[in-house]
Amino acid sequence: MISDPVQLYQLSFLIALIFILLVPFALAGLTLINTGLGRCRSAAHAMTSSLIVIGVAIVVYLVFGFGFQGYRLVTIWGAPYAGLVLRPYFLRGVPWESPLCLAGTLGMLSVALASLVPLGATAERWQLRAACGSTVFLAGFTYPIFVRWTSGLLVSLGLRAAFGDILDAGGSGSIQALGGLTALSLSCLLGPRRGKYSDQGLPAAIPAHNAVFVLFGCMLAWVGWLGLNAAGAMLYAEMQPEGSVLVLINTTFSACAAALTSAAVTRVRFRKPDASLIANGWMAGLVASSAGCATLKPATAMLTGLVAGALVVFSVEFLEFRLKVDDPCGSVSVHAVCGIWGLLAVGIFTSASQFMAQLVGVAMLLGFVFPMTYFLNWLLSRLIPYRVSVDGERQGLDLHELGADAYPEFVVHTDEFIQR
Amino acid sequence: MKLIGFLLLLSGWVIVVAAFMLLHGSAVTSFVFAGFGVEILGLVLVAKAHLPTREDPQ
Repeated sequence: MISDPVQLYQLSFLIALIFILLVPFALAGLTLINTGLGRCRSAAHAMTSSLIVIGVAIVVYLVFGFGFQGYRLVTIWGAPYAGLVLRPYFLRGVPWESPLCLAGTLGMLSVALASLVPLGATAERWQLRAACGSTVFLAGFTYPIFVRWTSGLLVSLGLRAAFGDILDAGGSGSIQALGGLTALSLSCLLGPRRGKYSDQGLPAAIPAHNAVFVLFGCMLAWVGWLGLNAAGAMLYAEMQPEGSVLVLINTTFSACAAALTSAAVTRVRFRKPDASLIANGWMAGLVASSAGCATLKPATAMLTGLVAGALVVFSVEFLEFRLKVDDPCGSVSVHAVCGIWGLLAVGIFTSASQFMAQLVGVAMLLGFVFPMTYFLNWLLSRLIPYRVSVDGERQGLDLHELGADAYPEFVVHTDEFIQR
Repeated sequence: MKLIGFLLLLSGWVIVVAAFMLLHGSAVTSFVFAGFGVEILGLVLVAKAHLPTREDPQ
């Protein structure tokens, strides 16, 4: 064990940095999943819009969002450091040798991950420029204000005194549920893809164009999530480097339990395991693991994943069949529903007062983030047309918005536009 | 109906925040639950408003 505080600090800094460097794998994984679950005529558009949205999110967050968010004053790894008493727009004044710059880097990647989530729910019908505009709101306002309120304002109002802090080390709420609720509001605003629902309201199955992308995306996302959860636990839950083993085990346990549960549930319900729902189950386990990655025991992390794996299958069906929400990649179920479940699970498996703190976090997501994202996007949709034209949708977004197909050597056109 | 649903969602959140600002002890817990209940009601209204209205086949 290292007893020298300076050495401990330097080691912690280095390990946290290594974990942060794994997070882009989560972005790559989610991008592949969103692309694979869509149709092939919009595949290049899905990849391109993911890259552009990541760019917009990072620039807006670093120029404006990080300063707006602020950072609470904490003692971390034995060394106190100043919170953002100044407003470092363009990162001015950030001390590069302090954990504050690590928090900024992790925040930058977190906001990029949150921005990718809505692309899954709005696939094949959302204009690229509208996606950029919406991302400006998410990265510059919604994400920073959620973090600022949950770690600052609510604490000063008495949340900590009444129930304790909201535990969300890896971002089940601040990244996943926030992105998922934005996806839900956008999906409601855009409406379903043409040909998705018949006149009688029955949904048509529009299968994924590349299951290999989707499943490989899950593998990449696993690596990314290990980094995201471990870095979040070190920076926001003040975990020491040796505690990261528990985080890695909890994250993996939760994902495995969720994927196995999804496989079992789909096997029972549809007679065969469904690849896309198993992938969604895997992702749901990762998402649900984030909040309690540093707090839960491995057994309870597994139970969290088990519930998430079942929840995601029923949620996908409920949204598609009952609420008529067209979510091609299951983003709302995976990120919003299972993110909220992850937040609540920490409270359920720890203490009653912690459950109340987690409930306040969920209340903010549902009562503030969801109406606000809906309103902001509704407002923006009055200025920029959100949905592509009928011809554009029929043609595919690759040709319509980019002028070139992802797979120019083969042409696939199905008859999903014929009225049933 | 959708507007009322969203207003209920916001109202629920205001109840939760107001509970921390104005109350102490076990009353805070009750009001957090109450605020959350109002939000659930708002969600149900938003969901109902989102569903397409069934047209009369006649």
